[in-house]
Amino acid sequence: MNATLYFRRKLWNGMFLFLSVLAAGFGLIWLGFILGALVYNGFEAVSPKLFLEMTPPPGEDGGLANAIFGSVMMSVMAVIAGTPLGLFAGTYLAEYGRYTRLAFFVRFVNDILLSAPSIVTGLFIYELVVYNVPGSFAQKICTTILGSACFMGHFSAVAGALSLMVIVIPVVVRTTENMLLLVPNGLREAAAALGAPQSSVIRAVTWRAARAGIVTGVLLAIARISGETAPLLFTALNNQFWSRDLSQPMSSLPVVIFQFAMSPYEDWHRLAWAGALLITATVLTLSIIARVLQPKRSH
Amino acid sequence: MADIALAEQMSSVPERAAAVRKGGARDARFRLLTLSAAVLVLAIFAGVMLSLLLGAMPAIKQFGWSFLYSEAWNPVTEKFGALASIYGTLVTSVLAMFVAVPVGIGIAIFLTEICPRPLRRPIGIAIELLAGIPSIIYGIWGLFIFAPWFQANVQTWIVDTLADVPYLQDIFGGPPYGIGVFTASLILSIMVLPFISAVTRDVFETVPPVLKEAAYGLGCTTWEVMWRVVLPFARSGVVGGAMLALGRALGETMAVTFVIGNAHHIQKSIFAPGTTISATIANEFTEAVGDLYLSSLIEMGLILFFITFIVLASAQLMLQALERRAGGAK
Repeated sequence: MNATLYFRRKLWNGMFLFLSVLAAGFGLIWLGFILGALVYNGFEAVSPKLFLEMTPPPGEDGGLANAIFGSVMMSVMAVIAGTPLGLFAGTYLAEYGRYTRLAFFVRFVNDILLSAPSIVTGLFIYELVVYNVPGSFAQKICTTILGSACFMGHFSAVAGALSLMVIVIPVVVRTTENMLLLVPNGLREAAAALGAPQSSVIRAVTWRAARAGIVTGVLLAIARISGETAPLLFTALNNQFWSRDLSQPMSSLPVVIFQFAMSPYEDWHRLAWAGALLITATVLTLSIIARVLQPKRSH
Repeated sequence: MADIALAEQMSSVPERAAAVRKGGARDARFRLLTLSAAVLVLAIFAGVMLSLLLGAMPAIKQFGWSFLYSEAWNPVTEKFGALASIYGTLVTSVLAMFVAVPVGIGIAIFLTEICPRPLRRPIGIAIELLAGIPSIIYGIWGLFIFAPWFQANVQTWIVDTLADVPYLQDIFGGPPYGIGVFTASLILSIMVLPFISAVTRDVFETVPPVLKEAAYGLGCTTWEVMWRVVLPFARSGVVGGAMLALGRALGETMAVTFVIGNAHHIQKSIFAPGTTISATIANEFTEAVGDLYLSSLIEMGLILFFITFIVLASAQLMLQALERRAGGAK
């Protein structure tokens, strides 16, 4: 009797262990398939042309230069604008308001923004910046200050960068707070005991101690936005030509991939694969660097 | 460190008092700066809700509650209802969870219990890289590689095999297009897998080793330890992780847009093309003519935001409760 019971338990155990090995295999196989398909299909289209020529009309030769430029441009703007904001907010959460009710709410809302659908961010910036009744108050101010460079009231690179910024901020807030919390309190106390004002303690001691972690957060944010498509669809739109005008629609890699992949043209498909390979290579490189920099989690 | 080193020796009392005052003023400014950045996060959240609500107003006024239960989607006659999209969003996400939750937990168990130690880190990183791949990559891969393969090798076989089975023939019936609700769900499940396995793995690590050791000491098999000791202890964390993944799946746009087929109908078969809220918005927004059309799309965005808010908020609360317990406050 005992023998059958033991046998049954062993059988269950073996089956279950086998299933969880299968589960891990399931995950790894998809990763392999996706990366394999990207390299296989994208590699043939990667050439200097890709970086030097504009997106072509169907049937002609071309590259992705304007899309690459647009992506880099908007990502850089979003990171430059979003990083300090996220850094300060994360600093408030970790240093000043750690246990306050306000910090609790900010943390909660931030974590929701962190996973909120990015397409909704796009709609938000569309409502805020792009869809603007001509002659409205906001637009009047905008035209008064910027003149013809006003970016409100139509699709523009600035709107695209803003929508990416909304995605950058929560990522930076979360990592900054987490990393500052890892800084031992003894460091803060030592600096304060020397008579340093709290702001100096933060800037000269805690930020420095957490620097690697904060940089990790920024890298993760860049990785996150470099593949974002949905928010750019109705903020930056797309542009077939080389454009450096920030108040005008700007092309970006993900949007071009979307447009080209959904088209019926073979040569557009090839370019879409090449763009996909570029983005994935960038994102994976960034996440691996971030992982190397990341300090060990200790809770 | 330069800014805390004092420039010159201060000897007199007034000088010191001045330095303290200066430091205090700088402190106050810096505190205000960080405080306003923190408030900005709240403002963004409020802004998102408010702008969506304002943008959706014309559609809300026009259609009222019927927007939620009408399946009509006709840009020509300007009759709009979100039911088909809401249905598609929920069905794809729930189907994705059916695959992703067991597999995600399986991966976490593999990584914490079975995997040889030197392989843990590389395999863990590889799984997490799945989360790093942008969703548009899943989309293009799904459209060009997975869907045709699935259509040729798996789908026709399933349809043929189940053609005479009652009920199942409806669910797995219809022409095998390759793209459709099922394909979208499967791709979604691959995308959210890392979220579930990462959270689950973290929670598994909070289980006190002594509990596991005690169970092993009683002669339990690994399966029994996991099922009877570890999983019950980690339950709320696992549910929290699954909710987090569900929140992601609900709002996922590009991967779904590529492979779901964008059809505004509710069909019994999960092989049939359908649509989700985010796919509808992504596909139609830039082509929407007329304020009512645009406003209806924005109202759909509002509904999506509302649904994900509920899901993500409950995920937060569950994980926070867990963190408190892990922190020892019980």
